[in-house]
Amino acid sequence: MKINKIIISFISAAIILLSTSVVSFAKVVGDKIILGAAISLTGKYSSNGVHTQNGYNMAVDRINSMGGVKVGGKTYKFDIIYYDDESNPKRAAQLAERLISQDGVEFMLGPYSSGLTKAIAPVTEKYGVPMVEANGASRSLFTKGYKYLFAVLAPANLYLDVAIDLAVEKNNGKGVTVAMAFEQDAFSQDVRLGVLDAIKRTGSKKVIDDKLPKELNDMAATLVKVKQMKPDVLVVSGHTKGALTAIRQISEMKVDVPMLAMTHCDAAKLSKQHGKNSQYALCASQWHKTLTYKDDFFKDGMTYDADFTKEFGYAPPYQAAESSAALLVFKDAFERANSFDQKKVRDALAATNMQTFYGNIKFAPGGQNVDKPMVLFQVMCDDAGKCENKVVAPTKWASAKLIHPIPSWSKR
Amino acid sequence: MISVQACLDGILLGILFALIAYGMALQWGVMNIINIAQGDLVILGGYIAYFMYLYGIHPAWGVIVSPIIMYFVGIAIYKLVINKVVDRDLFISILATFGISILFMQLMNFAFGADVVLANSDYGTTMLFNSNVVLPNSKIFSAFISILFAICLVIYMKKSKLGRAIRATAQNARAAKILGVDTEKVYAATFGINAALCGVAGALISITFTIHPYMGLPYTIRSFMIVIVAGLGNLPGVAMSGMGLGVFEEFADYILGTEFRIGSVFLLLVLILVYRRFKLSRKREYLK
Repeated sequence: MKINKIIISFISAAIILLSTSVVSFAKVVGDKIILGAAISLTGKYSSNGVHTQNGYNMAVDRINSMGGVKVGGKTYKFDIIYYDDESNPKRAAQLAERLISQDGVEFMLGPYSSGLTKAIAPVTEKYGVPMVEANGASRSLFTKGYKYLFAVLAPANLYLDVAIDLAVEKNNGKGVTVAMAFEQDAFSQDVRLGVLDAIKRTGSKKVIDDKLPKELNDMAATLVKVKQMKPDVLVVSGHTKGALTAIRQISEMKVDVPMLAMTHCDAAKLSKQHGKNSQYALCASQWHKTLTYKDDFFKDGMTYDADFTKEFGYAPPYQAAESSAALLVFKDAFERANSFDQKKVRDALAATNMQTFYGNIKFAPGGQNVDKPMVLFQVMCDDAGKCENKVVAPTKWASAKLIHPIPSWSKR
Repeated sequence: MISVQACLDGILLGILFALIAYGMALQWGVMNIINIAQGDLVILGGYIAYFMYLYGIHPAWGVIVSPIIMYFVGIAIYKLVINKVVDRDLFISILATFGISILFMQLMNFAFGADVVLANSDYGTTMLFNSNVVLPNSKIFSAFISILFAICLVIYMKKSKLGRAIRATAQNARAAKILGVDTEKVYAATFGINAALCGVAGALISITFTIHPYMGLPYTIRSFMIVIVAGLGNLPGVAMSGMGLGVFEEFADYILGTEFRIGSVFLLLVLILVYRRFKLSRKREYLK
């Protein structure tokens, strides 16, 4: 009896073991390269999660239809396994484990947001799985010495420093006074550090340095201080909520500042939600359709914008564009590595030096893209109240002239 | 002038919070339920006004439409969940409403998307003292409507049959039942009225601030604090503590910096609770 039991347990264990190994995907199945991604399809990041997924899908379709990836004389096509991380870092880390250890994925695409990327990066690092991410900009991602993390976007500390440079340039090279209001989260605080560096570098002076609590959607007290101190520049970063609250309260309280610079205008649909009140706001962006970068797959920004709009029914925010660029980077690295060996692909990724419709891509040892500057666009409206975002800095990419100083509310 | 500005900002903000707290105090007093989903009901009310705005109706009409819809939402929540926990331990009601809160957040996220939205009222701005004090009219409107609803409710509670029944139930549910009050109905109506108040507050918040499916919790916490400071059954106290906290917050922000704003409010709460305990213990000694 006892022996029978042992045999039965042994056989069932063997069956379970075999069945799981059969279910597992391999990194490359037939002519498919399978990538894994945990994306926020539900939860608070779901809007941007969907933009990220659409960006990935758009690039997969385009690369596959234009000949796929050539490795070792054979052509492969991309395929992505998606899981919903529910906008939850813990869940994202679990799903990364699952993708790697159960589904056998050997190459990963990043999730949406710095917080979730931070949760996933230790997992991919542990297993030596190369991850190209497009939506985690926090500086702390690139200071941990990760070897398998590559970000196609510029780090958060570069978001608004260009605004300070611009203000100094407009002030004939002399330092300016800066009021800062940043939410207390990793991303916004990184943006703040970048602005502080720029203030130091340009001999400017900070006159207000408010840290907005996450749960707050009232900036009235900060704006009263701004009215009192009359700074040359007001910089605000607090995700979409911060951008919307700032514009609403600045217009209601008639706060006059010569320059207003912020982040997340794109995601906040600022000009749509606030119309003319958002006019003259400067917004940091990773990408804009009018930039003249080119590649073989999407041609340029304008074509990408048109194709994306045709396919998904809305204009691509930069989150979608950078996600598409991540796939182009992977394709390039696979072909240069000419192998699916993770170490070789990792080394090829580290040596990336290419141009995509989204911008130049070249990784620093920390994994951040150092070859693509941020752009600043300014919201400009016509008399009918139709608003458009126009690139005003850096000068090389500018499609319109910066309006500075912002006309006072009494003259609008 | 800065202190006048901070004071007025705080009062206007506080009045709006007091309205939400008023609903919480009402149902807490009557049903002994701490509603964690309070803030989520507020946000849902805000979405009703927002959708009216999207369809070209001025969002201010939301203060009429939203409470009507939210009243029935409140009744439905009561019938489905709350009536099963109303006589139970306070902890169970907290768990149940916490569950409702999570469900509402996810449903709103699913139905309305995860974007932060707002409704523009285009009410303009009031300038006082030679433009040194600036008050958005949307905030003044919000405060005015909040006060109006609060006064109406107080009158309703005093004069109407249902109002008297609600007060009787709050004093002693068993005695009220013996005297012929249908407490089940009273509970349902109380929860409905609370949801309706949240609806009004939500519509006002969509005009004054921003709304997002996951933004409810701060409103719950704030109204909880206001009720704790004021004490249960003390409706004028709720209004005073709402405004007081609002003003305190603005001054704390101004003097200590924005990062200490929420922290200083919590510190004040702790101080008030310690003071209360101290006062109570002295009273006890006196009674001896």
